[in-house]
Amino acid sequence: MSADTPPVISCTNVWKVFGANPKAYLKTMPEGRSFDEIRADGYIAGVRDVSLTVQKGEMLVIMGLSGSGKSTLVRCFSRLHDITDGIIEVEGTDIGGLREHELIELRRSKMGMVFQSFGLLPHRTVLENVAFPLEMRGQDRHARRDRAMEVIKLVGLEGREDYFPRELSGGQQQRVGIARSLAIEPDIWFLDEPFSALDPLIRREMQDEFLRLQALLGKTIVFITHDFDEALRLADRIAIMKDGAVEQCDTPDQIVLHPATEYVRKFTEDIDKARVVHARVLAEAGVSAEGEAVDGAASVHDMAKLLITDPRDAFPVTENGVALGAMSKANALNVLLDQR
Amino acid sequence: MSAADQQSLPSAPPALGIDRPKAALICFAIALALMIAQYTGLLPEVLHRLPESMIPPFADWLDVIFEFVKEDLGLLAFTRFLTEGLEWVLDVTGNLLFGRRRWPYLGPIPWSAIAAAVTVLGFWLGGWRIALLAGGTFLWTALIGQWEIAMQTMSVLVVAAPMAFVIGLSLGITAWKYPRFENAIKPILAVLQTLPFFTYLLPAVIFFKVGPTAGAVATVVYAVPPMILMTILGLQKVSPEVVEAGKMSGCTRLQMLRHVYIPSARTEILVGVNQVIMLCLAMVVLTAFIGMPGLGAKLLEMMGSFRLGRSFEIGVTIVLLAVALDRMSKAWVAKQPEHFEKGTPWWKQHRYALIGLGVFVLFYILSQFVPYLSEIGRRQSWSMGREIDGIMRDFLALDWVRAITGGLRAFLNNNVFIPFRNFLLSIPTPALILLIVAFGLWLAGRKQAMLAGVFFSLVALSGWWDRAVITLYAVLAAVILATLIGLPIAILAARNEKSARRVLLACDTAQTFPSFVYLLPAIMLFGITDIAVIFSILIFSTVPLVRYTIEGLRTVPPEITEAADMSGATRWQKLIKVQIPLAFPTMAVGFNQAIMFAFFMVIIAAFIGTQDLGQELQRTLAGTNLGTNFVLGICVSLMALSFDLIIMKWASDRKRMLGLGG
Repeated sequence: MSADTPPVISCTNVWKVFGANPKAYLKTMPEGRSFDEIRADGYIAGVRDVSLTVQKGEMLVIMGLSGSGKSTLVRCFSRLHDITDGIIEVEGTDIGGLREHELIELRRSKMGMVFQSFGLLPHRTVLENVAFPLEMRGQDRHARRDRAMEVIKLVGLEGREDYFPRELSGGQQQRVGIARSLAIEPDIWFLDEPFSALDPLIRREMQDEFLRLQALLGKTIVFITHDFDEALRLADRIAIMKDGAVEQCDTPDQIVLHPATEYVRKFTEDIDKARVVHARVLAEAGVSAEGEAVDGAASVHDMAKLLITDPRDAFPVTENGVALGAMSKANALNVLLDQR
Repeated sequence: MSAADQQSLPSAPPALGIDRPKAALICFAIALALMIAQYTGLLPEVLHRLPESMIPPFADWLDVIFEFVKEDLGLLAFTRFLTEGLEWVLDVTGNLLFGRRRWPYLGPIPWSAIAAAVTVLGFWLGGWRIALLAGGTFLWTALIGQWEIAMQTMSVLVVAAPMAFVIGLSLGITAWKYPRFENAIKPILAVLQTLPFFTYLLPAVIFFKVGPTAGAVATVVYAVPPMILMTILGLQKVSPEVVEAGKMSGCTRLQMLRHVYIPSARTEILVGVNQVIMLCLAMVVLTAFIGMPGLGAKLLEMMGSFRLGRSFEIGVTIVLLAVALDRMSKAWVAKQPEHFEKGTPWWKQHRYALIGLGVFVLFYILSQFVPYLSEIGRRQSWSMGREIDGIMRDFLALDWVRAITGGLRAFLNNNVFIPFRNFLLSIPTPALILLIVAFGLWLAGRKQAMLAGVFFSLVALSGWWDRAVITLYAVLAAVILATLIGLPIAILAARNEKSARRVLLACDTAQTFPSFVYLLPAIMLFGITDIAVIFSILIFSTVPLVRYTIEGLRTVPPEITEAADMSGATRWQKLIKVQIPLAFPTMAVGFNQAIMFAFFMVIIAAFIGTQDLGQELQRTLAGTNLGTNFVLGICVSLMALSFDLIIMKWASDRKRMLGLGG
């Protein structure tokens, strides 16, 4: 995640407006028009002036309520939607300028996507669904069967490969969706609320499964959810969207500790901050402290006992053998007791 | 008074700024005034009926246009060229199915082989029930001695249905891809679906020669519209996520269509196939009117000579064929692919195809030694035609039967139909048009009312006004009677789930019958009379009425009926105050369909000899009055379209108002 490697996806001032003649409208629209004002003009602003980057190997979670534009934004990344204004670059190429066959090539080689209601082809078996992207790019029958079996095994559906989607449970169907999106070994993996249609127990199980896969594969991921707990559980960084615009894009710790807007604060209100905030963010650089160090990856919740029983006022923080500074006990206790 | 009326006529279109009910009232008042003037003898003849001299010769104009298209544009040469190709295909199926003496000189295939193969197909599609139905139908057809004529019908059907399917599918895909094309063909499709079938027949004859070829062409044209509509519907309904999944898998446009859209729209497309097959069958039977040999021609011949026994048997064959084809294609819609466990051998995966082929070959060989399995001659058949004829005749000759049918006939004729007809005929033309406009204003809206007014004015201009009014009379009389009979049946049936389902099934089945068959019971009971016409329309249009009423009553949300129960409503109160008002929009759709069916049937019923447009239409078939044929067809279509516009608009408005999702 170092800053010097170029971002995998970078988007600058991206707009997506729906309506009769969005391009012309956007040109004449006065600066700083709000979502509701645009709607009063007869247009819907799906994405409003969004700029963000996704680094290689990072998991960016886009979250927001339904209608906030998160699904639209992710569809702009893969050009399922053509954007109205701005630039989206994938690995340095402006995808807005790609011709149809180049776009198809990009999707065939680099991108995978998982959908909320799975988007499986009902007339194809599990195996044929998973092999579908391979078939589209013209791989021969044997090679695609082998590869499809490999990913089916990876998502734990071995033995079900000849079933049709309707013969599977929701969780299993989404495993097929995941397997299909992984079949071409994509570098970039889009997941559009992949677990929202599943019931809570299965959802939890699938999240674990997803984390296991990610640990194994290390893809660059854009993950959409409306569930804040899910976002906190999975994300490296979270982008919170409202009315098409990004309200804040930061690490979970920072979002919880320093919400940028009132809207974000409301979101984080009910969150158990002690489980989200880690020692590394509380460490003040340049300050030193005595005694045994705490691990930067430990959450405040993990350190609760230490904070209450240890008499020290500050703790040194190290992560992977590097000293990050010291964490003041008062700050940590504030987080633990949910005060600011 | 008449002078005042004359002056008020030009201002008849609803003045702007007056709200709809008021405008409707004004139209009604003017119409009433016109009628009073007519009855008191004050109305000048010009306002009663359009004088002959003012009628533009539409038919001649159309003839000129057709002549131009035919000769100067060389369309005839083109169609005759198409004819050759089509003829060749029809010769092949004709040879295979009933042994026409053409290449490949292989047929006819023994009936037992076909029946056996169809039985296996039925089993594969839908288990024992469908197998029994399919096998039984073909067995019946052979045993009753109608194999050859049935195969004549089938030989056209097996060519026309796939053609209609392919044309409909490709036009549907084009329309879905290019919205502009869709907008262009939608109104054409609407007109095509209300055009009486006679209008399809004559152009087919002129451009494609008499006989099976013209029959096949008319059938294809007739069956294509629903296929187009179902294709568009299916493609539009494909879930956006599936589409996106296809795109993200890197599909090219062609791959999207072939691997994503069409398979995902499978259900709707197959429903389209079902409709294509049913419409083709209905039309193939009707092509008897242009000399297509087959079941229809035989039925026509038998009914013409009043041989009811044979007619009845042919009717049963047609009905059985219709039901079998319908159930089989519906089973195909419902059939989902099954997976085979790994390692299932090849022959097991295709076992039905193999068994089908096996029995086909087996019976083919057997029939070479047992002639009875190959062909059943007239002598050997089990036809009871003559006996049934006798029984029918004796039955109709029984005193009490005669008393009932005769009495009914006399009563209806003298007290209901003839007065009603004369009343409609007595209304001055502008008054009737105004009444229609008032009806449209009252129920639907300005646009619908204006269109209806324009449509009826065109009918008046066509010069066939009296005949059109007689057509209208038959339709209205039959639909009103159908309502009186159908509503109580439907309400009773909807009272519990079981009977509702039974009656719905009966309606569904009855709707698959080719319309021709409905003439049979009418003729059997009433002979060849006016009453028989009304009676056949009546049965035909009661079916959709009952069906939609039950459906409307059943879809009333249970919370609402429960709320009525808890408010202490009696059954009757619940029905009148809650269920019927909520079901009314759906019932109106049924009523509309009843009218459409009635317009359709009234034309067929012309065969019995009525004095309406249908009879004139039939007369045009004998000659080559293409122009007149079109004018007559369009008259019927315009009247049907007027009702369709008004009622459907009302139903959807009402649905939206009730929040039932219009």
